[in-house]
Amino acid sequence: MLNYVIKRLIYMIPTLIGMSIIAFTIIQLPPGDYLTSMLASMADSGANIDPGQIQRYREIYGLDAPMYEQYWKWISGILLRGDFGYSFEWNRPVGDLIWERMGSTLGISIASLLFVWAVSLPIGIYSAMRRHSVGDYAFTFLGFIGLAVPNFIMALVLMYFSYKYFGQSVGGLFSPEYAEAPWSWGKFVDLMAHLWIPIVVIGTNGTAALIRILRANLTDELNKPYVITAKAKGLPEYRAVVKYPVRIALNPFVSAIGWVLPELISGVTITAIVLNLPTAGPLLLRALISQDMYLAGSFILLMGVLTLVGMLVSDILLALLDPRIRFN
Amino acid sequence: MIAHTFIEDAPETGPAVSALKTGKPIETDAAGPWRLMWTKFVRNKVAVVAGIIILMLYMIGLFAEFLAPTLPDTSRPQFTNAPPQEIRLFADQPDGSREFLLHVTGYTMTVDQASLRRSYVIDDNQVVPIGFFVQGAPYKLWGVFPSDTHLIGPLNPSDTMYLLGTDKLGRDLLSRLIHGTRISMSIGLIGVTISLILGVVLGSISGFYGGWIDLVIQRVIEVISSMPTIPLWLGLAAAIPLTWSPLTVYFVITLIVSLFGWTGLAREVRGRFFALRSEDFVTAARLDGSSERRLIFRHILPSLTSHILAVVTLALPTMIVAETALSFLGIGLKAPVVSWGVLLQDAQNVRTIANASWLLIWPSAAVVLTVLAYNFLGDGLRDAADPYES
Amino acid sequence: MQMQAVTTERQSDGAEGDVVLKVENLSLDFRLRTQILHAVRDVSFELQRGKTLCLVGESGSGKSVTARALLHILDKNGAITSGRILLAGKSGDIDIATLTEHSPELLKIRGGRIGLIFQEPMSSLSPVHTIGSQIVEALRLHRRMDKKQARAETIELLRQVEIPNPDKMIDRYTFEFSGGMRQRAMIAMALAADPEILIADEPTTALDVTTQAEILDLIKRLQVSRGMAMLLITHDMGIVAEVADAVAVMRYGRIVEAGSADAIFHDARHPYTQRLLNSTVKLERNQRSDGRADPVLLAHQPVLSVRHLSKLYGASTSWFGGNAHAIKAVDDVSFDLYPGENLGIVGESGSGKTTLGRLILRTVEPTSGQVSYFGRGEPVDVTGLSKRQLKAFHRDVRLVFQDPFASLNPRMTVKEIVGDPLVVSGTMKGAALERRVAELLDLVGLDAMAMERYPHAFSGGQRQRIGIARALALDPKIIIADEATAALDVSIRAQILDLLLEIQQRLDLSFVFISHDISVVRYFCDRVAVMHRGKLVEMGTAEQICTDPQQPYTKSLISAVPNPDPRNKRMMHRTRFTA
Repeated sequence: MLNYVIKRLIYMIPTLIGMSIIAFTIIQLPPGDYLTSMLASMADSGANIDPGQIQRYREIYGLDAPMYEQYWKWISGILLRGDFGYSFEWNRPVGDLIWERMGSTLGISIASLLFVWAVSLPIGIYSAMRRHSVGDYAFTFLGFIGLAVPNFIMALVLMYFSYKYFGQSVGGLFSPEYAEAPWSWGKFVDLMAHLWIPIVVIGTNGTAALIRILRANLTDELNKPYVITAKAKGLPEYRAVVKYPVRIALNPFVSAIGWVLPELISGVTITAIVLNLPTAGPLLLRALISQDMYLAGSFILLMGVLTLVGMLVSDILLALLDPRIRFN
Repeated sequence: MIAHTFIEDAPETGPAVSALKTGKPIETDAAGPWRLMWTKFVRNKVAVVAGIIILMLYMIGLFAEFLAPTLPDTSRPQFTNAPPQEIRLFADQPDGSREFLLHVTGYTMTVDQASLRRSYVIDDNQVVPIGFFVQGAPYKLWGVFPSDTHLIGPLNPSDTMYLLGTDKLGRDLLSRLIHGTRISMSIGLIGVTISLILGVVLGSISGFYGGWIDLVIQRVIEVISSMPTIPLWLGLAAAIPLTWSPLTVYFVITLIVSLFGWTGLAREVRGRFFALRSEDFVTAARLDGSSERRLIFRHILPSLTSHILAVVTLALPTMIVAETALSFLGIGLKAPVVSWGVLLQDAQNVRTIANASWLLIWPSAAVVLTVLAYNFLGDGLRDAADPYES
Repeated sequence: MQMQAVTTERQSDGAEGDVVLKVENLSLDFRLRTQILHAVRDVSFELQRGKTLCLVGESGSGKSVTARALLHILDKNGAITSGRILLAGKSGDIDIATLTEHSPELLKIRGGRIGLIFQEPMSSLSPVHTIGSQIVEALRLHRRMDKKQARAETIELLRQVEIPNPDKMIDRYTFEFSGGMRQRAMIAMALAADPEILIADEPTTALDVTTQAEILDLIKRLQVSRGMAMLLITHDMGIVAEVADAVAVMRYGRIVEAGSADAIFHDARHPYTQRLLNSTVKLERNQRSDGRADPVLLAHQPVLSVRHLSKLYGASTSWFGGNAHAIKAVDDVSFDLYPGENLGIVGESGSGKTTLGRLILRTVEPTSGQVSYFGRGEPVDVTGLSKRQLKAFHRDVRLVFQDPFASLNPRMTVKEIVGDPLVVSGTMKGAALERRVAELLDLVGLDAMAMERYPHAFSGGQRQRIGIARALALDPKIIIADEATAALDVSIRAQILDLLLEIQQRLDLSFVFISHDISVVRYFCDRVAVMHRGKLVEMGTAEQICTDPQQPYTKSLISAVPNPDPRNKRMMHRTRFTA
């Protein structure tokens, strides 16, 4: 088992390198560089620009060095000193800005994942066991709708409805009166009252997808001989199903962490922008529009890392759940 | 001990069955693979309907200029955020009788005395006669053929007919939606084509050469597919310089969208490629003396195409949604290009939606309908893709 | 513990021969998309304590469905339409056919009074639970034991089915067991609640012949010691002869003939039974030895010569370890094939026989050794051929596959399939090609009308004929048939073998006939090579190998083959081989 985890960790390294290259490329993509943005902001504030100064900066930041050296400088800064670069828009190191936002991104993603699991498991089992029943058709249809409505449209629609029928504007994680208040029961309730909309919005796609997968898998498993064995043993149907095929059909559930998580993080990004949640999304968009590239690149890198960690967790859980994987 | 018994009537030649449906069974012995797939596909009614809807959407996109009542960017500042007008079949005549007259109800302007803002309400007494194949704003179909005939429109070109309402600049939402269909649907199609080429080429290279080439391609696919897509799209789209022409932006956005769609396809192609390579009938063909080329084009690819078609169909809606999302966030397509995402930009805040809900409803409906139709169609194709499994 | 006492009592109060289950006029329908399949029609039989009834039939005869109906385990689209299934009980008979799916009586009968074993021990056991936990469950369900008792009883059961180290194996998973061990575990589970009736549905079909003999042995002994009635479902008349007391022959959902084993085997009345027996018994004789001169003696030079051929798998050095796990799939094999000869290669799964065939054709590259081909006058070193030259070799040496479904491209017509080698080699096209394909189809006993059809229009046997026609297209010298009849029903199997023999007489052909089925090899081959764990352990004429084997492994292999004659049971006093 330990070997397996170590192997997985080693396996992650090339992927991590690939991700950092993509993030760095995005940082480098807009025309101009680090310094152009800085000069622009200095010019805006009316400061004098000394050509010698510019040259010195170029050397300090290594902007004349070849691309791979710049990459090395950037990535070693992150790895060795936790230095993600500097945000020109906020005039602060990127490291100061991202952690809180990444924390809330992770929090909402996990909450959504739990929502996805909690909803899709019972519905998936029901649909597979009562195939072609009215309930199954209803859920299948809802599932299709869930798959077809993009996150941000669903967010907009929910916003519109709650504005129209409840007269309140949704958005953010807290009502104004609680936003700055210390933690209390009331604040928690307020958080929950706000949190369900983003969670439903973000989770619907994944839920629909997972129901479909679970239904298909479980249907396959239900026809396997070992289910007949279990029945022939004298187990009542529901016990035979829950103990055997559901157990095996849970594999895609766990491995779902691997592919649902990137989707959820994607979903959190765009939904947060629409609903104005204090996660990485709105800040990322703002950074991108104002070409605050170190901030943007760091977000993209960290989101990638987050999904990788999710995949690692899912692989480990899968190995715990299924002896076939554990032993190979 | 047990008695020796046996049946004396003539031996049977086949299993006993009784038909449920009358009518002769379909003769499939000499039917080729595509005919079998088609027979299997048309049995799935939902998929067929979805397919027809998709075809219609492409027709709308193709003949957008003719189908749209007016031009997408003709704005009438006096009619901002005007609500949809309804089509009526009968109108009251001055003599009090009701007669058949195709028309829409007109608007009355009211001025809010406090804020001095004009707003429009539907007035049933206003009659705007409309008709088919009417003369309207001149256009060039596909930028080539000049014409001014529109499928539907007000008989008097100076009248207004806003079947889906107008936006904040007083532009006809229906016309914009129809033109948006062209852009959104074509982005999906072009995007998926690029994805397909990338996916099939890289997937086949991966499946064909194997070894370290396969390893490298697989790692690249893994990296790309484990990145959350929206932040990546955002990052790439944001790098498009503002100075680029709308057409260039259109192609770059398509490219970005397809850049992340190919990985799934490549995986699918590679996986099936590998599976087929070890099939007995491929080994048999190799022993028959077939060259690698012949193996691939005569034996492997024909078995792949139907599956690829299904996967492509299922990948298409993702591309459409991606474009819509980017444009919605303001870093995708920009005016004067009209796409569903660009239209949804107008519906970004709750107040606008509350005043002009049609700005959210119709473009959203178009997106959702398209995605649904593609999913149903893709499911149907996938089920029909292998006509030989029982 | 109380339950146990009851069960022993139950055993003692029943005498051998008492009827424990009686099926009366059972009929079963399956609703398909366009039609209703009457899968079982008017079937009646009875099971007696301590006796074995064999239900025999080919695929699609409805034998498995009948067995499952006894436990009310049917697919959703199936239903019992009429008839009774009467299970004898102290307080009168219970009609299982009338019980509903969820009734507690039914659940008590399943596993409690009737145990069931299936063909595929791998897929019949849950892959994610330990063997022990699955047996413990059955015990706790029917015998009200606590966990500790159940575990002890499970170990005892595993010991009874002769699984070594039962106290350790109880915590292992299915995939850590070999095929035979899995089936033993399955038997232990079926017997957990001490049922009165055991239903075994093709219990040994997926197993090697020596393992089959051991499992049948075990089942038989357990049946005798526990006084169970057994319903054994099989397609193999040999097995029937070895274990049956009574036999019922099924075809297209009906029992066409029933009687004691002796009556069925020696006094068969129904033409189908006779045909089934003929095609089985026929394979017990060698077709080649009579009236033919020995090709080995006639020929001065072999047509194909294999020397020291070996294939190692996993020998390439990986990242983490050396080649510690290298497996010798084929280990230093040498033999000659003479013109006009049929050489059989027999072995159990994993013996390397299939790899050997692929090595000769070089679809798998040998690690070492040499293959020489003499069919074109000059000797050709096959192992040294370039890709181009190999194509010429492949024209002379052809392969017939095992799976008639996977080996034909479903997207090509029969004409395209059979004609493909001709088209590729550029020898023929147009009308000439069409004539040749028609000729080939005629040769394998198919109508020329078949040309325009696709493979899906044909049955397994017909498809295999198409595959043979393709192999013959380029006038080959040698045909390597890899389990070419393994996927076919018995009656079809004999037809295909006869076809091959007939073709061989008309065209000057040699066969390398790879098979796990000793009777098929005996029927078809002049000489037989026996493979075991990659090595060629013995070689001789077919008659000598089958009647007078010399090596201990061959002895155990031959003696494990069931003999289709209940008066001369072979398997039960076989020689065992321990390596």
